[in-house]
Amino acid sequence: MSAEPAILDTARPVAARPPSDAWRRLFRHPGVLVGGFILLFMVIVGLCAPLLGTIDPSGINPTVRNRLPGFERTIRADDGTEIPFTFRMGTDSLGRDVYSRVLYGARVSILVGVIVAVISIVVGLVIGLIAGYVRWLDGIIMRFMDGLMAIPAILLAIALVSLFRAGLFSVIVAIVVPEIPRVVRLVRSIVLSVREEPYVEAAIMAGTPTPKLLIRHVLPNTVAPLIVQGTFICASAILIEAILSFLGIGIPPETPTWGNIMAEGRSLFRVFPHNIFYPGIFLALTVLAVNMLGDGLRDTLDPKMAQR
Amino acid sequence: MQGEPVLDIRSLTVRLPGGADRMNAVEEVSLSVHRNEIVCIVGESGSGKSVTAFTVMGLLPKGILVPTGGEVLLEGEDVLKATPQRLRDLRGTRMAMIFQEPMTALNPVLTIGDQVDEVLRIHTQLGPRERKAKVIDIMASIRLPDPERLFDAYPHQISGGQRQRIMIAAALVLDPALLIADEPTTALDVTTQAQILALIKDLQRRRGTGVLFITHDFGVVAEIADRVVVMQNGRVVEQGPAEAVLRRPTQPYTRMLIEAVPSLEPKPRAAIAGPVAVETVGLSKIYGGGGLFKKERTVRAADNVNLAVRRGETLGIVGESGSGKTTVARCIARLIAPSSGAIRLKDADIASLPERRLRPYRRRIQVVFQDPYRSLNPRRTVGASIIEGPMNFGLSERDALDRARSLLRLVGLSPDALERYPHQFSGGQRQRIAIARALAMEPDVLIADEAVSALDVSVQAQVLDLLDDIKRRFDLAVLFITHDLRVAAQICDRIMVMEKGIVVEDGPTHRVFNAPEHPYTRALLDAAPGRGFGFGKAA
Repeated sequence: MSAEPAILDTARPVAARPPSDAWRRLFRHPGVLVGGFILLFMVIVGLCAPLLGTIDPSGINPTVRNRLPGFERTIRADDGTEIPFTFRMGTDSLGRDVYSRVLYGARVSILVGVIVAVISIVVGLVIGLIAGYVRWLDGIIMRFMDGLMAIPAILLAIALVSLFRAGLFSVIVAIVVPEIPRVVRLVRSIVLSVREEPYVEAAIMAGTPTPKLLIRHVLPNTVAPLIVQGTFICASAILIEAILSFLGIGIPPETPTWGNIMAEGRSLFRVFPHNIFYPGIFLALTVLAVNMLGDGLRDTLDPKMAQR
Repeated sequence: MQGEPVLDIRSLTVRLPGGADRMNAVEEVSLSVHRNEIVCIVGESGSGKSVTAFTVMGLLPKGILVPTGGEVLLEGEDVLKATPQRLRDLRGTRMAMIFQEPMTALNPVLTIGDQVDEVLRIHTQLGPRERKAKVIDIMASIRLPDPERLFDAYPHQISGGQRQRIMIAAALVLDPALLIADEPTTALDVTTQAQILALIKDLQRRRGTGVLFITHDFGVVAEIADRVVVMQNGRVVEQGPAEAVLRRPTQPYTRMLIEAVPSLEPKPRAAIAGPVAVETVGLSKIYGGGGLFKKERTVRAADNVNLAVRRGETLGIVGESGSGKTTVARCIARLIAPSSGAIRLKDADIASLPERRLRPYRRRIQVVFQDPYRSLNPRRTVGASIIEGPMNFGLSERDALDRARSLLRLVGLSPDALERYPHQFSGGQRQRIAIARALAMEPDVLIADEAVSALDVSVQAQVLDLLDDIKRRFDLAVLFITHDLRVAAQICDRIMVMEKGIVVEDGPTHRVFNAPEHPYTRALLDAAPGRGFGFGKAA
């Protein structure tokens, strides 16, 4: 045995980059700032709806049907006293306060968007990892996913909703199922390229068991693209929920959702446009905000994609 | 040299963006290229040789690399002051460039003829028929077979060497005064490289073009250069006639570079008599073949390969791309499953074991990969990468870290590297880390798959020494895969030459180099650049 070699070159930083760089860029991106601000506003509105001068969003009052925004009338409060109340956004054809319904509607919309995004990403991630890594399962899984993608999302959702009782849960399932194949495809393509990386092969040579290998070396590469994809799924889920509700096959009409309010106002749209106008504005703003946030995240987390 | 130079660079300085490891990419660089002359800029990665070339072409990334001083005179005209419009006119007509990667420099959806024709279409008033005649003419002059037919071929239908010929044709079709060649043969096989070098030299002599040739390979320099410019860290270290610089370098840096070039003449080595560590019998790997709906073409990537590596021995497998050398290595490492044949590790045959039963044998064979930038997970610390394997085999974290520390010291790195991330290390340092990671598994067999090919020549020599040292220290059987004959001559005890999946020659290194039996081995040896020069003899 010869003597130990001298230390030739110590670990001198060649290209030290502060790891907080991405975060700093993130909070300076205008899309992230504006989208995040609007979204935060919507979340607060939904959470604090009872404190923002609303009344029971499902309370029917036949004496004040179809009033224009700004209509004033004394109403009976919960404790039985008569108080003056301004219907800021008017009332619908059953006399319900549109302002209250729109604010409470934010809860359902954002809840549906976030839950759908989380479930479809988690399920899609697991299926995608398996499809990308276990070669013999790939064909079977992907043909099944192709089959799912061949059916228009709305039609599939309608079919699924009609199988269960209409409600929040069945709507979420109905929106999640058509979203899964998109996530699976994304994850699978990342896995397919990452599994060829020499550091993954090095881990195989190190005897790392497959589940550990996937979680430790492959999974981290999917995080940034999935966060971005999640925002787009969230935006599309909010829209699809509104569409399903608008078509009358989503969440039951007594529950206030933006789609339900618009469906309610559809028949008298020409005379009383406010029933569609206000929830429409909230819906459009929320979806815009989520998309801006998603674009911003993509630009900062995955600069390569932004240049395309 | 006669008359005014074609290219005259006078104290050029190009600034790097803030936060880089030095102020300027290129500093006070002066050099000139005359008519009918090949000037080689040679240097290691980061020496500024490519930046110099890109400055001349006006191709620097805007706003990132900015020329801040000096002049670049192309036939007396300063291209640094030229408008973008004027630069476009100059490119193609007065100066042209060929790139390293012939695969990506051609547009895959346009025919070859179209792409050469494009230069004429943009820069001349010629009619379609004259243009086509001219294109066919230049394609014939670069010795492409059947130019009429190749005119309508697409890039994927021709070989890498032919693609590089097409790039040269497109560059020279308008007879520019200056041709810039940026590592044009680095991505090519050694026999193809020899042909392309001969072609560039021949065309340059016939047309009287001035050539600025950028390379990191002193063999290529010896082969082609009239004059040599040596660069280091953005500065010119030494320049002069090729013969003088190569034979009598005045600067220590130049001398170090030239001495680091491995010699093509192996020292005689005693045969190794240790026990056989790994052995293959009739190993074959066939790619493709029968899909569900169609019959695919099959490729015999490795065909009936028999090899045995003894402990303490280095077996080199050399061959060009597509020869199957990497396939053999990956089969032995069981990163892929061989189609047939046996892989004997001591008494066990691991050729067809499923992954679960293979695990106990994994630690006996370890691999050092080619690309040091991709073989370490960028998200994990060096320490985490090194201890992953030992911990998979039951070592506690503390013991694994202790082992990692002593191995890092052994490969010449300080143990505080454990907490750092791979991007903080240079290519050579990363390859040392990869070697430490392989050693942490206490293997019997170490496979080095082009492990020094991505490294600069001076770093290459150090890593080769390290490999040789650990082989002796741990009594390892080393399987060394390389396309580089010089490297193989330095480190291998025995050599196997592969061509198209078949082992064509096998023997002790000095015998294979001094008395090659197979014509393919002879062709490889003849094609090695700078063969006549005798690098490394003095060392």
